[in-house]
Amino acid sequence: MSEKQRVTSDDAIIEVRNFRAAYSGKTVVENLNFAVRRGEIFVIAGGSGCGKSTVLKHLIGLYEPAEGTIHVEGIDVAAAEGEERRRLLRKFGVAFQSGALFGNMSVLENVRLPMEEFTALSNQQMDMIAIAKLKMVNLEGAAQKLPSELSGGMQKRAAIARAMALDPEFVFLDEPSAGLDPITSADVDQLIVDLNGLLGMTFVVVTHELASIFKIADRVLVLDAAVKTMVGLDEPEKLRDSSPNPWVRSFFKREPSAAKAPGAAPEKRKSA
Amino acid sequence: MKSTGSNSALTVEVTEGEGGMVVTLRGRLDAASLAGAWQKTVGEAEGKKAKAITIDGAGLDYCDGAGLGLFAELRRVAAENGGEVKFRGLNPELQRLVDMSLLADAKAGTLVPVKPWGIIVFTGMRAYEIWKDQYELVGFVGRLTAALCWAVAHPHKIRKRELLNIMEKTGVDALPVVSLLGLLIGVILAFQMAAPLERYGAQALIPLIVSFALIRELGPLVTAIIVAGRSGSAFAAELGTMKVTEELSALQTMGLEPAQFLVVPRVVATVLMAPLLTLYGIMLGLIGAGVVMVSLGYTVVFYINSVKDAIVLGDFLGGVFKSVVFALIVAGVGCLRGMQTKSGPGAVGDSTTRAVVSGIVLVIVADALIGVVFFYMGI
Repeated sequence: MSEKQRVTSDDAIIEVRNFRAAYSGKTVVENLNFAVRRGEIFVIAGGSGCGKSTVLKHLIGLYEPAEGTIHVEGIDVAAAEGEERRRLLRKFGVAFQSGALFGNMSVLENVRLPMEEFTALSNQQMDMIAIAKLKMVNLEGAAQKLPSELSGGMQKRAAIARAMALDPEFVFLDEPSAGLDPITSADVDQLIVDLNGLLGMTFVVVTHELASIFKIADRVLVLDAAVKTMVGLDEPEKLRDSSPNPWVRSFFKREPSAAKAPGAAPEKRKSA
Repeated sequence: MKSTGSNSALTVEVTEGEGGMVVTLRGRLDAASLAGAWQKTVGEAEGKKAKAITIDGAGLDYCDGAGLGLFAELRRVAAENGGEVKFRGLNPELQRLVDMSLLADAKAGTLVPVKPWGIIVFTGMRAYEIWKDQYELVGFVGRLTAALCWAVAHPHKIRKRELLNIMEKTGVDALPVVSLLGLLIGVILAFQMAAPLERYGAQALIPLIVSFALIRELGPLVTAIIVAGRSGSAFAAELGTMKVTEELSALQTMGLEPAQFLVVPRVVATVLMAPLLTLYGIMLGLIGAGVVMVSLGYTVVFYINSVKDAIVLGDFLGGVFKSVVFALIVAGVGCLRGMQTKSGPGAVGDSTTRAVVSGIVLVIVADALIGVVFFYMGI
């Protein structure tokens, strides 16, 4: 499937309202209001330390927002408990920045695990599905290896295969191509585009790799550490060419920050 | 800024002009020349309470981070006095470096050193941490109890291979150290008692005392301490590493409860193996004491008969009960400390230490409580 010819609907499937995240009372990011549409690849971008991964971890219900709400398919992620929470989480596939593969299990067992816990498939069925998922990320040859025997790129791809294990409706990826060589990175990007096109999965991807963003993103939410909130939300090309915020344009054009007058305070950036 | 390779010494001139103080720098401004320049410029700016400071860097051959630090300090002093610093004659490369390095606010809070906590804040923070720790401990006991009940109701859902693996590590792999310590404790106890009891002609009581001490107290306690050192620490390190590498988060996002998935197999394996290790340790201790008794001239038959007479079923069951309770504590605390691991390279080490220390402390506290309860129950 050619890139960016995917069908997305306008219904907001993930809705974030008046969101504020804080660690130990210190605000990391605030005043976030955005919605992710069903079937789109939604990228959260921004400089280092702007709270991209923090937002992602709130979206998947690992942390509770300090303020505001996050609704996925109308369910408040932070407030959901018991069976409702489990049902919601089963629709999620998450690949963490570090891969977070279980070190005492082989790659195949890692991919099988969600199926073992949540399906009544036979061992043979689970093995065949897991190997198919591993083939999708070109890791079928490493099925019996332990995560410690894999390179960083292979671990990330294995984590993506595990995130896909239950064919989730929502896939959350934290820096899937960071630290990978250009070819592997492009492979991961292509995989995201293909899975989104073929299976209609909704992707939320945290990254600051510009090449990835332009390749995969339908829309990009840009966060800025200086103002601790969002400074742009649109298609990446539009943000690059016509964002009212000069920092956002510089971000997408990979330009150095604008020179300041000697000794002057830097211009306070405006939020979106 | 590129180094010109010049080794020219730094010359600093401080003059009056342009409505304030003018600092003219020539030559090489680096860490070696910073001290003199700092004293002269900053000292004078502070002494004269200079508001407007102009830094003329046209004659600078080289300026590195040391110079940027000096500029920032002069800017801070000027700002404190209600003024500002202007730069003049910097070449474009150095100008860019200066722009990149200067804080937006010359008097920013980041320039103020963090004050250490006072005694009152320190006491309050420590008290809060202890309270928080107890709160988490109570919550964990609740979650662990629920998870163990779940395991009893769904035994087939416990991951068997992991359970066997942990049982091997906790039990079988601990046999050498339990053997050695058990044997030596039996030998030490018997030898220590031999001399004082000889004075009363009561050496024949050694089997009774050693049996009683080993079965009721030392066997369960020493085994629990070994398990805390070997397995409690290992659990904390394993789970701590999983927390640091986001494996615990990955479990949660799959809808799996870490208490059920990770803690239950570890606690169940320890509870199954610790009593067996305890009995094994007691047996080795009795053998050690027997060797001493034989060396004192008593027969093996006498020793075995004395031990058989000394062991009462209540003592035996009491010892086994203690070892089960201690195993629950050691494994549970090890897992709790692992899951409480914070981020950073030292965090796993801290968790391991806390697992062993709190495991041993809680085991001894529990031992004391059980001792009192047994006393009043007449066990």
